[in-house]
This record gives sequence, C-alpha cells and structure tokens, in this order.
Amino acid sequence: MAKHHISTTINGEPVEFLCNTEQTMLDVLRDELHLTGTKEGCATGDCGACSITVDGRLVCSCLMLGVEAEGHSVETIEGMADGDQLHPLQQKFLEYAALQCGICTPGFLVASRALLERNPNPTEEEARYWLAGNLCRCTGYDKIIRAVLDTAADMRGAS
Amino acid sequence: MAPDGTPDLKVVGTRPIRPDGVDKVTGRAQFGADFQLPGQLVGKVLRSPHAHARIRSIDTSKAEAIPGVKAVMTAADMPEITSEEAFVGEGPADFKDMSGNTMARDKALYDGHAVAAVAATSAAAADAALAAIEVDYEVLPHVIDVEDAMVEGAPVLHDDMFTSGVDPKPTTPSNVAKRMVFELGDVDAAFGKADIVIERKYKTAPVHQGYIEPHACVAQYAADGQVQIYCSSQGQFMVRAYVAKLLGIDISEIRVTPLEIGGGFGGKTLVYLEPLAVVLSRKSGRPVKMAMTREEVFRGSGPTSGGTVWVKIGAKRDGTIVAGDAVLKFQAGAYAGSPVGPGCMTAFAVYDLQDVRITGYDVVTNRPKVAAYRAPGAPISNFGVESAVDELARELDMDPVELRLKNAAKKGTKAAYGPTFGDIGCVETLEAVKDHPNYNVPLGPNQGRGVAAGFWFNIGGESSATVNINEDGTAVVATGNPDIGGSRASMAMMAAEVLGIDVERVRPIVADTSSVGYCFLTGGSRVTFATGMAVVEASKSVVNELKARAAKTWDIPVDAVEWQDGRAVPAGSNAGDFEPLSLEDLAAKSGRTGGPIAATSSLNAQGAGPGFGTHLVDVEVDRETGHVKVLRYLATQDAGRAIHPSYVEGQIQGGAVQGIGWALNEEYIYDDQGRLENPGFLDYRIPVASDLPMIDTVVVEVPNPRHPYGARGVGEVPIVPPMAAMANAIQDAIGIRMTELPMSPPKVRKAVDEQAAAEE
Ligand code: FES
Ligand code: FES
Repeated sequence: MAKHHISTTINGEPVEFLCNTEQTMLDVLRDELHLTGTKEGCATGDCGACSITVDGRLVCSCLMLGVEAEGHSVETIEGMADGDQLHPLQQKFLEYAALQCGICTPGFLVASRALLERNPNPTEEEARYWLAGNLCRCTGYDKIIRAVLDTAADMRGAS
Repeated sequence: MAPDGTPDLKVVGTRPIRPDGVDKVTGRAQFGADFQLPGQLVGKVLRSPHAHARIRSIDTSKAEAIPGVKAVMTAADMPEITSEEAFVGEGPADFKDMSGNTMARDKALYDGHAVAAVAATSAAAADAALAAIEVDYEVLPHVIDVEDAMVEGAPVLHDDMFTSGVDPKPTTPSNVAKRMVFELGDVDAAFGKADIVIERKYKTAPVHQGYIEPHACVAQYAADGQVQIYCSSQGQFMVRAYVAKLLGIDISEIRVTPLEIGGGFGGKTLVYLEPLAVVLSRKSGRPVKMAMTREEVFRGSGPTSGGTVWVKIGAKRDGTIVAGDAVLKFQAGAYAGSPVGPGCMTAFAVYDLQDVRITGYDVVTNRPKVAAYRAPGAPISNFGVESAVDELARELDMDPVELRLKNAAKKGTKAAYGPTFGDIGCVETLEAVKDHPNYNVPLGPNQGRGVAAGFWFNIGGESSATVNINEDGTAVVATGNPDIGGSRASMAMMAAEVLGIDVERVRPIVADTSSVGYCFLTGGSRVTFATGMAVVEASKSVVNELKARAAKTWDIPVDAVEWQDGRAVPAGSNAGDFEPLSLEDLAAKSGRTGGPIAATSSLNAQGAGPGFGTHLVDVEVDRETGHVKVLRYLATQDAGRAIHPSYVEGQIQGGAVQGIGWALNEEYIYDDQGRLENPGFLDYRIPVASDLPMIDTVVVEVPNPRHPYGARGVGEVPIVPPMAAMANAIQDAIGIRMTELPMSPPKVRKAVDEQAAAEE
C-alpha cells in the first residue's frame, strides 16, 4: 500500500513525512522523524508519556494517527527549550528534583505547559487533576506538583 | 569538624542540579527504546496464550517464508543448560530456570510465556510471522493461587521439583520448592508468658513494579562472534553475565552499553529480551531491536509475589511483646525463587524480640516468574506483622507509636535472621513521627490514622570507579551502575567533596562493560553506599597523587603537603614557604610531573547499614463507594547521611506511593483459564497525581559508621510500611480490619456491608 505524504509543522518548522495509514503519530515522531523525546509507556492512552500538543491542544500521540498531523502545528518536548534557554518548567523540574528516572518527564513537561497556558494560576488540586493522565512511578508526584505550582507563580510574577 | 565529630562537608548534603538533568528535561536522553543501529531489524516475541501447556511441536516454516522475515527462533536455538545457582536481583535463582523463563522449552508455564521470536524488516512482517508460527499445545490443568498450589493433587509445574528444607526429603514432586525456618529462643514457651495473644492471617496480591519504560534493547552479533548489546537495565554487567551464561558465549566477547533506564524497582535485574535479540542477530546477520509492549510487560515480566502471612504475637499487659511467630507462603511464579527468604528475615526486624520464629514456603504457580521489587518480600510480611501489632495496640488500648517505641529494635538487638544491630535509627524514626504536626491533627468522621514501621537490610557488594583528572583540572568519574534515580549526582558530589572542587567541575558517566571495572547491579539500595565508596576511595588516591606531584614540585616530603579546598598546601615546617597549588595548576603541569593523573578503585563494600522507617497516614473512607482517600501522609526514615537530600526525599516519596498503590488498587486479575485480564495501565491502576496529597518526609540521620560520609541505602525501606499503615488507618476510620490486599473499593464496600449486616 502506498504511503501517505504528510505536510505539517513540528516545533515551528515545516516538516514532511511519509507514513502508513495505521501508523500512530507517536511512531512517526520516534521511528520516522527520530524525535525520540516523546516516549511510549503504553501505546493505549493510559500513561501520558507520549504527550504532545497539536494546535495547542494536549493529546496522547499514541492515540493519534500520523496522517492526522496534515496541516496542523505539532509541539513536542524537543521544541520546549529556546535554544539553550530552558523553559521555566524545565528549569524548575531540575531545581525541584521532579524527576528520578526521567522517562515520564517529557510528557509531564508538555502537559504542564499546556496547563499553564490555559490556567496560569492553578490550585494544587487543579494541577493534580490536569496531570492525572500522566503516570510517574518514581516520584510519588510530590516534587512534580510543587515544581509546576512554583513555575506558575514565577511566570505570573514575571508577566 | 562539627561538634559531633562528623567532618564539615561542603558538597555532601547540598542539592545541586543533577548532571544528567538537562538531557532528561529536553528529551535528549536516550532510553532503551530510543537507540538504533543502521540496518536494524524489528524483533518480536510469540507468547503462550495458555497458563499451562505442553509444547508438542513448533512449526516455523510458514513464518520463515514470509517476505522480510530474516530469522525465527525457538528454545532449540539456545543451548540447553544445566541447573546452576545464580544470584538474581536480590535473591537466588537458577540459570536453567532463567533460560526456561526467557524461552519455554517443553512446557509453557504461564499466560505470556515466550515460546518463539522473530526478526523482520518491518513490524508488519514481524507480526505476520508471529501469526504464522504453528505451536501445537497440549493444554494442562493450571494453578494460580498460592495455597491451591500447595495442596496435594494440585497441577504440578515441574516434575523434578521436590521440596527442600523438609526432613525426610519428599519422594513425590510438588509445587513447594522450599521450606525455611528462622528461629530465635523458645517461641512456644514464650507464648506461655503472654497476657494477650493476637493471631490472624493476611493476604497480599502480586503487584508489578510498574516502571513506565517497557524493556527494550538492540543487539548486534558480528561475524567474528563479538556481541554488542545496548539496553536499559539495572546493570550492564548483569546483562553481560546472564547473556554469556544463557547463550554459552565468553564474557570477553560481549560488550554491553547501558542506555538510560526508565524505572526498574528491581524488575530490570534480569534479562528477558537480550538473549533473544542476540540469537536473532546471529541468525539474521543484522542488528535486532526488541521492545516489549505494555501488555507484554505485564504478561511476560516479573511482578513480585503475592502471599499469605499468618502471624501470632504475644504481649504482656504493659505492652512488652514477648513472642512472635509467622508463617509465610509466597508464590514465586512459574519458577522457584520468591523473595520469601527476605520476607522471613525482615518480618519482625523492627522489634527487639528474644523469642521469635518465622517459617517460609517458596511456591510455584502458573504466573510470570517473580522479579525483585523494592525491598523484595519485606512489604508482604510487614503487612501481616504491622497489622497484627496494630491490633495488639488496640487490645492494649495503647498508642501504636508508644507500643512500637517500647519494643523497637536498637543497637545491640539480635535480629531473628542472625546479626546483632549496630547503630540504627528505628527509634529515631518513631520519635520523628511523634514530633511531627501530622500526629496531632484532629480527625473527622470516617477518618482514621494509621502507623507502621519497616526495615530493609540494604546491601553493599562489588563496585568499581575510575577518576580521571582532565588537563584543565576538571574530573571525570566513571562507574558501572545505571543511574535510576539521581545516582550520577551523588557520585559527582562525593568526588567533589574529596577533591575539594565544585561539583560542576566533576562529570560523572555510566560506562559500558568494557570501559570500567565490574559493578554489581543497581539494586538493594547499594549504589550510593558501595559504588559511592569506590568513588571516594578512587578520589582519595587521586588526592594522594596530587599531593605527591606538589611535593615533587616544591621538593619537599609528601607528608609535608596537605590537601585543603582543592589545593595542595605546604604544611608543618614548610608552611607558608610556597604558594598553594590548585588542582588546575597541578593538572596543567601533570605532563611534566609524571603524566596524567587518574585512579581506580575496585572493592567489595561491607557494612551497608540497615535502614528503618516509620509511616503515618490519615485516610477518609467513603462508606457508600468503599473508596479510601489519602488525606495526609508522613514518611520518616533514617538515611544515615543524605548525600543529596532531594533525591533521598524523592526515593521515600516514590516508595511510599508505590506502597499506597499496593495497598489500595494494584492486583493481577486472572480468568478461569489462567489468563491475565488486566495487562494494561487502564485496568491495573497505579496511583495518579489526583489520588494523592503531598508526601511529607522527615529524614533522620544516624550515620552509618562504615561509609565515609555515613550514608545508608534509602530506596527500599519506604515501600515496606505503607500497606499496614493504610490498613491500620482504615481500621481506625471505620472499625474494620482489612486483612486482604488490595483494599480496593469493592472489597472495602463489601466489608462495610458485612459490618452493617452483623450489627443488625
Ligand atoms: S504511550 Fe501514549 S498514553 Fe502511554
Ligand atoms: S521519574 Fe521515573 S516515571 Fe517519573
């Protein structure tokens, strides 16, 4: 079967790729485009390790087909820092030791950014519910939630 | 020196940003599934759909004929190896069993057991090949529950298994691999002295480590027999040793490069895919990449045991516990080797008891072979013992913390498993709970508070480290332990402390098996302790060399040189005679003073220093739904000395939350055919952020005299107390003693209904 030719935008850059009909966006990112910062923990939409945003909306890339990227704007973890300038969330995750093994971290960062874009002043409960689709088995979430809330406070102070 | 005699430390105890951090927040870090080699094939595994079945034959011819399929393998492609004792993760195992678990030979012993594997040019071709393999199974009766497996007439998994540790040796095979007894004093007589006796049976469900990264590897077998393996594991040297053994390859032919590891918790202390990928690469002549799906992780990789715990404790009216007795039956999965041994040894370790006995049974069932999981075995026996001690406190009308303080293990306590404790922090963690505000927060209706204490041995063992001084005075520290939760940071910090330089000037790396001396795997809470000790020793050798270079430069005796704040300083009668020489100065001149400066240390670290912790939890039980909400959680623990306090707290928080999942939700659900019904994160529910409050921690520091900075292992203790603490809190909230895990909504709801019916 012929592959589909897809034109899309990834992290602000125009990108074209070929993919099979059934190929997920996660597989396209990882296997075709070698953007392996987006992780696979389950491939069934249960862990959030594959979180990306599409036109600003948070999605599990394992539940999206590659062909669905046509004409849209995709953001992955690789586009989060501005050159060597880390995003405030990335910096705070480091300061708070909000990662242990780090496999869940890209997903949490992408999901947290999507949260703060919608809600610059989340309560702890709002942050916990927003991030309930991202599994972390190492940290118990404590330091992740603290890092997100503190980033939000800093970003509000800065703007 | 600080007043208590511990040295003033500049780096140890601070919270620098981890050296591998930026890679991990930007997506650059390469985990198991992120690596690839040019021309690699996709490898996949065919797994048994039956819980127990004889494999009459496997026909791979149709699969081999599919375009794009480059290799198909079965157990016939692996050498048949004889029984030989191995040390896997944190417990004994057998290489013959490990081989059988990697790929079933005559029988498939559980749903998900690997029976064949393929390598193809695309995932689609590999899938087609799996579908085309014809396995002729003779389905056999199976057994899932541990006690069912022990009864006479139960389906027998291995007809060559005769229970060891019983006299006389049995003449018929059974599923009980082993019986063991640990005993101190005269338990039966001691119960005669008790005023109160509590006796109860408890049960736990097997739970999976639940690391978010599925197992993955890439292997390449070259024409000259050299093998390269790139994988995420808890020990590159472990992978090398097991692959060598299982495939009959010399260790010198294998080089294992560690990739970042996305969680392990004990579950990555053995091999599943690596031997298969090597065989497939040998057969195809191409590199082969293999990665498990989440479903395969659940069906095919090791959870920890479920088990039953019968406990009997006797106490005086004043709360003195005079006797303890326990019988533990742990299911090991399809091959012998449950963690019942450490389960027995840790059962009563929190208490100072003269008369105590623990009997353990290691039992095989048609489930995946268990793997180590954080403090293997201890959480299971602790759930029983610490629940029973809570019941005792209620009978005595005594505060549960006071009861524990009265009986707590301390320096000089002889443990049932042999040793006499040295400096330990059991009492200190109990005191820390009492001193914490959470201990006195008023509770509302259907709210309750529970406490439990726990113990883990911690281990040391073989480690190596190399410290190289670069020509600009920075340092590289190479060790051989995968960094699973921030250990690069602690390695760099300990080196920086000895060298007297900023931690940013030390670059820690996790080296491949050909680039650094042997290190036992990352597990047993050993890395910061044992590998840290190697780093300290190697760094000290470097300092000695630096002092020698300075002495040579100044032409004074080496013992007249001191190392202070990263500089060589002339001392004694030469004090003030020369300008101090910094590490940079000495490194820059090293070519003229004797060549590059480097040192290696390889050691077998002893004296790991046991760890203790106490947890205090407040819950609220919804009587309508059976849902248990965690309101507050406090974990106190003796870390000896926290090298990087944030990562110590993180270990404690993560372990406690895994324990909360174990307590409330996690379990394997089998249908009547012995097939796992919940092999995914949707139905096997691990805690999520919205289930939890912040996890408060108090790190107490009773220094371990055997470590240069007093460190003890911290990673395992925190998963030990949560299950009992939660059960005790539920009892406090609704007056019901839950004796079976998980205490999931249906079970709690049922217990509430039964309570209501009984009251009518
Ligand atoms: S990989 Fe997409 S949600 Fe788990
Ligand atoms: S840091 Fe390991 S899963 Fe989150």
